[in-house]
Amino acid sequence: MAPGILLALLGVAVVAWIAYNGVQNGKLFWVVTLNGITLAALFFVVAAGFTLIFGLMRVVNMAHGSLFLLAGYIAFTLQGTLYGVSSNLLSGTPATVVSWIVPLVVATIVIGLAGVLMQQVFLRWNQGQDLRQALITIAISVILADQMVAHFGGIAESIQQPAAWPDSVTVLGVHYGFFRLVVVVGAAIVIGGLLFLVIKRTRFGMIIRAGVDDRSMVSALGVNIQVVFAGAFLIGALLAGLAGVLGGTMLAVQPGNDSAFLLDSLIVVIIGGMGSLGGAAIGSLALGLVSSYSNVYLNFGTTDLTNYSILLTFILVVAMLAVRPLGLFGRPA
Amino acid sequence: MSAPVLEVSGLNAFYGRAHVLQDVAFTVDEKPVAIIGRNGMGKSTLCQAIMGMLASTTGSVRFGGKELVGLPPYRIARLGLGFVPQGRRLFPSLTTDEHLQIIPRKGNGSWTPKRVYETFPKLAERKSTGAGQLSGGEQQMLAIGRALLTNPKLLIMDEPSEGLAPIIVENVIDTIRKLAAQGVGLLVVEQNLGVATALADRQLVMVAGRIATETTAQELIGNIDAQRRFLGVEPPSVRQS
Repeated sequence: MAPGILLALLGVAVVAWIAYNGVQNGKLFWVVTLNGITLAALFFVVAAGFTLIFGLMRVVNMAHGSLFLLAGYIAFTLQGTLYGVSSNLLSGTPATVVSWIVPLVVATIVIGLAGVLMQQVFLRWNQGQDLRQALITIAISVILADQMVAHFGGIAESIQQPAAWPDSVTVLGVHYGFFRLVVVVGAAIVIGGLLFLVIKRTRFGMIIRAGVDDRSMVSALGVNIQVVFAGAFLIGALLAGLAGVLGGTMLAVQPGNDSAFLLDSLIVVIIGGMGSLGGAAIGSLALGLVSSYSNVYLNFGTTDLTNYSILLTFILVVAMLAVRPLGLFGRPA
Repeated sequence: MSAPVLEVSGLNAFYGRAHVLQDVAFTVDEKPVAIIGRNGMGKSTLCQAIMGMLASTTGSVRFGGKELVGLPPYRIARLGLGFVPQGRRLFPSLTTDEHLQIIPRKGNGSWTPKRVYETFPKLAERKSTGAGQLSGGEQQMLAIGRALLTNPKLLIMDEPSEGLAPIIVENVIDTIRKLAAQGVGLLVVEQNLGVATALADRQLVMVAGRIATETTAQELIGNIDAQRRFLGVEPPSVRQS
């Protein structure tokens, strides 16, 4: 296993380099790590929905990122029109808990329903034709991206978090963003736990697991798998919507985030294995930490390579594909 | 003899361009029927075509007077066809008990998970075991129990003896016979002549995607030449059309 040994050596070198830098500047290391973890939490909420749909229905929903971004725009617009919230320091009204939660709930539900509509109208009659479905969802994502630029403009906006919430919390001696660390990570943990319970304990979850294993056999046992498909698509789109609002509050709502988060979801699923919730969690963490560390630690004294940090996430994917083509928890279809 | 339970006529199925089933026609009533034939003759395809699991199927499959071709598999299953597929096709992600819980329960059905466990006591000891950890015999019992929960009037079994030790095969034969005695119709596809003849008197021989001939268990058991022709290694000399 030559590539395996090579990758192991590379991994050891990377860990040693990060550890060396961590010892040099502990506070920076801790902040960078928290950046990675909070980013991972957001990736997880997006990718959990993506992997659920991918694993059960073999649909690579290339419009998943578009649903994510559209949710952000819907929540942003609702915050402005319903509550007059804006980030303008002179004329704006700060957000309250209600004027953050209501847009979040509405945007999430609207996107969930939009996802089911998309599945019923465009994907249902193409079941099993992976390529055609991928192309249809790419078309939807391109159209949505253009329409969003037309309606919401090209400027980065952001959803305002409630003013009542603290800006930062102190963890191990560093001040860190409250929303990122408490709200986003908390949401990811709660969602992960809920999804785990649904998949492990409910009949719906059992059918999803069975469907990931062998769809047509599930159907031959009298289970109307179409209903389960629609349910899975609803959950997947709801998660994309929720993540879009969280991401729009934590980072920004801007053109390009749709394809960026689609790509992130793909990477997470490639690392974790399609259809696996645990895989999505570990894949998110790997992607979050790698992109966060490489943004800072790809700097070797006189040579600053942090511009190339995005390459490292792809090296992560290549390494995973070389060692485990199906991802950490993936199983052959 | 009452009206046939399952009537197949002019059934064709394709895998891409391969014409796998060619005008298959036969009927099954309440007496068990076995379909025998060598590998690659289309026996498993026939089972899947009846269950609606193939995309390109033409012709007619009537069950209790209702046309099945064109219906999705779950509707066919709900009409009373239970399917025990080749290789059992259990769900590796599910435990034994979960296999029984996912089957939708019709109000009037007499099969419950409890009754399945009473019928197969070994499964009751392995409720929370993953399907992949079960022995071959247990897996077959679970595949049968799972199909029974759909309360089938007719059980379609594809190679139920495949990959099982002889003593386990005896067990499976016993079980299936008991079910048949309780009034469940039976269509068994088998390569193992011993199993096929033990389970059904009527034997349909499938050759190259067609039902070539119909014979009986007694005739087959005594006729080594026929066995050779239908199941042996030599190329079949009869290819009726």
